[in-house]
Amino acid sequence: MINKAVATCGEAVANVFDGATIMIGGFGEPGVPGRLIEALRQQGATNLVVIHNGAGFHDFALAGLFKDGRVRKLIASFPNYPSASAFRDRYLKGETELELVPQGTLIERIRAAGAGIGGFYTRTAVGTELAAGKEIRVIDGRQYVFEAPLHADFALLKADQGDRHGNLTYRYAMRNFNPIMATAANVVIAEIEKLVPVGALMPDAIHTPGIFVDHIVEIDRHPRLFEPQSEETRT
Amino acid sequence: MTLTRDGIAYRVACDLPDGAYVNLGIGIPFLITSYLAEDREIFIHSENGILGVGPVAARGQEDPDLVNASKDYITLIPGASVFDHALSFTMIRGGHLTHAVIGAIEVAANGDLANWRVPGQKVPGVGGAMDIAVGIENLYVAMTHVTNKGQPKILPACTCPLTASACVKRIYTDMALIEVTPEGLILREVAPGIAPAAVEKATAAPLRVAKDCREMDVPLVFNGVELRQ
Repeated sequence: MINKAVATCGEAVANVFDGATIMIGGFGEPGVPGRLIEALRQQGATNLVVIHNGAGFHDFALAGLFKDGRVRKLIASFPNYPSASAFRDRYLKGETELELVPQGTLIERIRAAGAGIGGFYTRTAVGTELAAGKEIRVIDGRQYVFEAPLHADFALLKADQGDRHGNLTYRYAMRNFNPIMATAANVVIAEIEKLVPVGALMPDAIHTPGIFVDHIVEIDRHPRLFEPQSEETRT
Repeated sequence: MTLTRDGIAYRVACDLPDGAYVNLGIGIPFLITSYLAEDREIFIHSENGILGVGPVAARGQEDPDLVNASKDYITLIPGASVFDHALSFTMIRGGHLTHAVIGAIEVAANGDLANWRVPGQKVPGVGGAMDIAVGIENLYVAMTHVTNKGQPKILPACTCPLTASACVKRIYTDMALIEVTPEGLILREVAPGIAPAAVEKATAAPLRVAKDCREMDVPLVFNGVELRQ
């Protein structure tokens, strides 16, 4: 019998090792696996490479990993907003490296890794400093830059519902990077709001088929994420 | 009299046609959602994975899973769809969206765009700017004509790091509407009461005044918001 459900977030992230590369889903607050990231903080693995669109908020979850000095390198597209202060402090001290990747290129590099594609050529970033040192190829008279696939040891995801086979659904903007990251890591761990019986999810409605998922944990949302707040208090 | 930030947004909104699929950047472009003509069906795209963004959610009515790329809590219009990031950037990079309106730090005479990094910025961030600039055909810039120190932002060549080359099609500012053509910049419209010579003076790049250059049709006030100042 297949049963990918585990009881606690701690159990789910127990095998994350020092130096691991970890994808973390989410854009803004929706889709961020805040409980799994907090469990990783407790677990203690360090010298991590994190792949995420941004750089977390304030001092908890992903920002907590920066605060704790656990991230060697961040691969991101948009890490420079006011509440990304924990990353900013480490970056400016030279303690965390940054690889800045255009957002569409970031998701496509992840998609390529998950789909077994050895990279791709894109017009994005041609002629800019983000294409410096990369291969340029002319296709149909236009310049394209080569981008390599981006793979990870672990992916930490957030979904809405799931079953013991690992099938997942997302609500609204929670989806973002999550279903693509689910395809591109050796070990894929999802925190879900509701564990439902096998067969309860309509086959048409499943966004991430269980084949991509290794562990799921049913848990309520991290209390500091997903709380509608005014712009003033959020940033 | 120059346009307010809302005035610039109003003027851009007038040029978005029925059936347009539009990506809006943060800042002035986001204000456009308040001025879309009611007799046109226009889909607003948000790069986190939404087509059919509606008005900002009323206080107390926010859905925690529903934000736009600026991380505002939003609503959806009837017919909206949600999807993952790969499909969202397929819409952008694959040229499926018809229009994008974005802010800029500098625009060059040939349509080069610089809008992601100012000199001396300590932590860089690019987001989807470079993908949008290469992928969307009708790329419109909405910005103030000069910096807050009065320096021109429309230049012979960009001095800040480029977002993409030769991508901007039109520039909407508080003073003017300028079209970017293979022959250079053409002044199409001026804000009410602004002389073409004043626009030329505030523009560092060569600017040709169109024979039919006219005043913009922007009211003083719309729905209680001042559009001119």
